[in-house]
Amino acid sequence: MDNLGTFLSVLSQGLPFTIIATVGGILLTIVLSFVAGLALLSSSKTVRVISRIYVEGLRGTSEVVQLFWIFFALPVLVGFQIVPIWAGILVLGLNHGAYGAEIVRGAVQSVPRAQVEGAIALNLTPGQRMRRVVLPQAVVEMMPPFNNLFIQLLKSTSLLSFVSINEITRQAQQVLVPRFNPQAFEIFLLLLVMYLILSLVITAIMRTLERVAAARVGRRPSARSRRQATGAGVA
Amino acid sequence: MPSLDKTVAEPMIVFDGVEKRFGDNVVLSELSFTVAPGEHVCLIGPSGSGKTTILRLLMTLEKCDGGTISVAGQSLSHMTHNGRRVPADEKHVRDVRKRIGMVFQQFNLFPNMTVRGNLIEAPTRVLGMSKDEANARATELLDLVGLGDRIDSHPTQLSGGQQQRVAIARALAMRPDVLLLDEVTSALDPELVAGVLKLLRDIGSSTDITFLCVTHEMGFARDFSDRVMMFDGGRVIEDAAPEKLFTAPEHERTQAFLHAVVDR
Repeated sequence: MDNLGTFLSVLSQGLPFTIIATVGGILLTIVLSFVAGLALLSSSKTVRVISRIYVEGLRGTSEVVQLFWIFFALPVLVGFQIVPIWAGILVLGLNHGAYGAEIVRGAVQSVPRAQVEGAIALNLTPGQRMRRVVLPQAVVEMMPPFNNLFIQLLKSTSLLSFVSINEITRQAQQVLVPRFNPQAFEIFLLLLVMYLILSLVITAIMRTLERVAAARVGRRPSARSRRQATGAGVA
Repeated sequence: MPSLDKTVAEPMIVFDGVEKRFGDNVVLSELSFTVAPGEHVCLIGPSGSGKTTILRLLMTLEKCDGGTISVAGQSLSHMTHNGRRVPADEKHVRDVRKRIGMVFQQFNLFPNMTVRGNLIEAPTRVLGMSKDEANARATELLDLVGLGDRIDSHPTQLSGGQQQRVAIARALAMRPDVLLLDEVTSALDPELVAGVLKLLRDIGSSTDITFLCVTHEMGFARDFSDRVMMFDGGRVIEDAAPEKLFTAPEHERTQAFLHAVVDR
């Protein structure tokens, strides 16, 4: 392990790209999950169908091909190339938002009907019922599955190496391995450890948020969700 | 019997030929009755006889399949638009619903808010009260229900009886003309029932709110109501003053029901 310092420094140069893509992808995922998830529950059939097309379309096609499409096919259509990192964030967000929409839909539906009825009896508007009563309770249920989803997203950032974004996987494969070929084992092991550490950071943040959200509805996280959260951390 | 001045006033609640089905199951058929302003009416009868459905229809938690329901002269399902009778829109429904409050068997308090939050949420957001005014009202109502010191507790930290008192205070905070009570003591420990019923008696005697209660507490039905309606199979089979209905019921089904629930 004489070259450990070199390995770490070269991989670290890729870290900003991995982190920006992950954080940007997560933010876009959250927005799209809520928009599409609530649209799946809309009383308007048109809105439901549009959201369903988005969810099935993005969930049911290859993430790599989506990336190639935005990167290589779209410029031909619109005449300009999107900045690579933005294209990467867009694909990560669109793809994981489709999964997240189902998380939001399921969590909203898991809030007991009695809560909505209590809100109707107080004459709250449909919007107030959702914002003030249903969503704050549903958010607690969303935390463990969102934790899983965000870790998936982190690992998906390695796909961005296919479109010349110098994130950590590309740094390992394009810079380190050609030069230190006999040490490929150590290089990729180090890369795996970096992903693991990043995913543990996500889990730590999500578990904190889950505790806060659970405390706000007057309960501790269930044993089931605690198990899921730790299970996801080492996956 | 309701007193004379109550009968001459316009009824607070009118059910006119109301039908309700769940699939093939007819829950209410051709149901008609009125409730006068300030009247206390208890609905009794076996489970599944449609009593709770009546409250849920009034609270607009269900839609009726036929007939009309009106509260203070306004239909729940229709409104007048340019002189024509058209299906009610959300605004009209909310307008009528403003007059009605409901207390549920399972309390339905919001766990994501404190007791205070539960009490000020709708007054500030629906009635447009200021925070200060809503808080003052919340404190006053919690004192009334005997929970003045629990304003900053979470609903989950309270006993069932305390939660139900908060739910009653929450409904009263909206200043309803009509209060619907749906088996409000059925989910409580037996030792907590008496306290909640006493609270309801106090509220009943100190306000002019119109009460419609579904209850299995015959003692409460007897001394709280001006009128008791006995239900079976989606129909009113006997409608009388409590002294009459509990001591000399006319209908055989009422006699059998009272015999089963009272003489245990």
